[in-house]
Amino acid sequence: MNVIQANDNIITVSGLVKKFDDFTAVDGISFEVKKGEIFAFLGPNGAGKSTTIKMLTTLLHPTSGQIILNGFNPSHDKDGVRKSLGIVFQDPSLDDDLTAFENMQFHAVCYKVPTDIRSSRIEELLKFVELWNRKNDLVKTFSGGMKRRLEIARGLLHHPTVLFLDEPTLGLDPQTRNHMWSYVRDINKKEGMTVFFTTHYMEEADRVAERIAVIDHGKIIAMGTGDELKKQTNSGTLEDAFLSLTGHVIREEEATGLDRMRRMGQMWRGKRR
Amino acid sequence: MNVIYIMWLRQLKKYFRSKSRIIGSLGQPLLFLLAFGFGFGAIFKKAGAGNYIQFLAPGIIIMSVLFTAIFSGIDLIWDRQFGFLKETMVAPVSRLQIMLGKTLGGATVAAIQGVIVFVLTIIVGFRPHDLILLPVGAVVVFLVALLFTSLGIGLASTMEDMQGFQLIMNFLVMPIFFLSGALFPLEGLPKVMNVIAALDPLSYGVDGLRFAFIGAQSVFGFTTDMLVLVILTTVLLALGSKLFERIQA
Repeated sequence: MNVIQANDNIITVSGLVKKFDDFTAVDGISFEVKKGEIFAFLGPNGAGKSTTIKMLTTLLHPTSGQIILNGFNPSHDKDGVRKSLGIVFQDPSLDDDLTAFENMQFHAVCYKVPTDIRSSRIEELLKFVELWNRKNDLVKTFSGGMKRRLEIARGLLHHPTVLFLDEPTLGLDPQTRNHMWSYVRDINKKEGMTVFFTTHYMEEADRVAERIAVIDHGKIIAMGTGDELKKQTNSGTLEDAFLSLTGHVIREEEATGLDRMRRMGQMWRGKRR
Repeated sequence: MNVIYIMWLRQLKKYFRSKSRIIGSLGQPLLFLLAFGFGFGAIFKKAGAGNYIQFLAPGIIIMSVLFTAIFSGIDLIWDRQFGFLKETMVAPVSRLQIMLGKTLGGATVAAIQGVIVFVLTIIVGFRPHDLILLPVGAVVVFLVALLFTSLGIGLASTMEDMQGFQLIMNFLVMPIFFLSGALFPLEGLPKVMNVIAALDPLSYGVDGLRFAFIGAQSVFGFTTDMLVLVILTTVLLALGSKLFERIQA
């Protein structure tokens, strides 16, 4: 029984730390994500969400601690980890000088999507994000929302085992947002794809995620289902739960001066690596 | 289709789509050809050194290859600033393949640029002495392109923004060009200049292309030219992929 449970975890993180010089962005976090689960990292900007995602996706080396993702350790077997995941980054990562179709094709080749199903899958996904009629247009002519949709389509192209979404709905209108989540949930069900996403929208975490980890100042301060978190803090909404857990509200504009300085520090220091 | 090919294809597509960049990059070689070619032509002839345009054309072709090749490094910095680099960095492909694709793409673009400038020199009055040796010239051009693309990408891997690259342009690329003998014969120079020219990898490219295109007596010997270019390209390619591998997003 224990063995099966151990295999149930697709991501296991223990004691993960990331320091940028003397600034600690991620401060010894541990958590597990089960296979097929939709898991949310909830926290204000600068809490360490993106840094964690970067370590999970091989873009940053942890200062200490261990990650096992789909049976691979990103420190030793980067390609094993890379093959297992799809990522939608917080910032755009498309080539503006290529068309939507070419961006998809580039991705398909890098992830070795078999040639015979390549075109049909690109078509299916571009149709889903409603960009099929713009497939031959250069990405630089796209609006912010269209670019985001294209990135989501691209992240799903190789049917990853784990899909990482870093603030995926930032800048999307409500329809597209709902549409995106319904599709993500759909493949989550059909293909058993694990979804790990970060957000600072609480209603999103509450509605979409099966389990939520609340992260603040690089530490996980609570973990559980939305209901558990509310019960634990005797709050009616996740918003109140967050307030009682962290002592401050989540919205960016409410962040303290210290938070902003941390963020700046993270930005400048992170860049130098 | 494999990764090296798709990286290469991407570079070429981007190049052919930026018409303004192609046209803009022809301005400098044209200016050099006209200003130096005709400006110094008369004196060059009077000194008994022959037709200066004939002498200068291979140097200018190599110059445009050098500049375009180093520019591939700037492409890498753009990729980083616009985020596309992340897409390639998380892909399950070896960094060596990415680096090779990028380098081959950049080198192909630089070589094409060399061909365009070659046509330009023909228009200005340059005549290669033996058409049979043109393929040899093409090999020299491609080696130079490969060498300096690897250098450009290797250097860019260690940089975050454009400012650093500007520095490289002024303190590395310009001296490499001006001291290579692209503009003047290396015979009869002060000893120091000869030593510097011999240390400058571009000198061998210029020398090799001049040998192929105008049948000039090679300064270093054509075999030496080729050997230096091949060895240095291999070393820089290896070094470049090491540096590239260290990039963290």
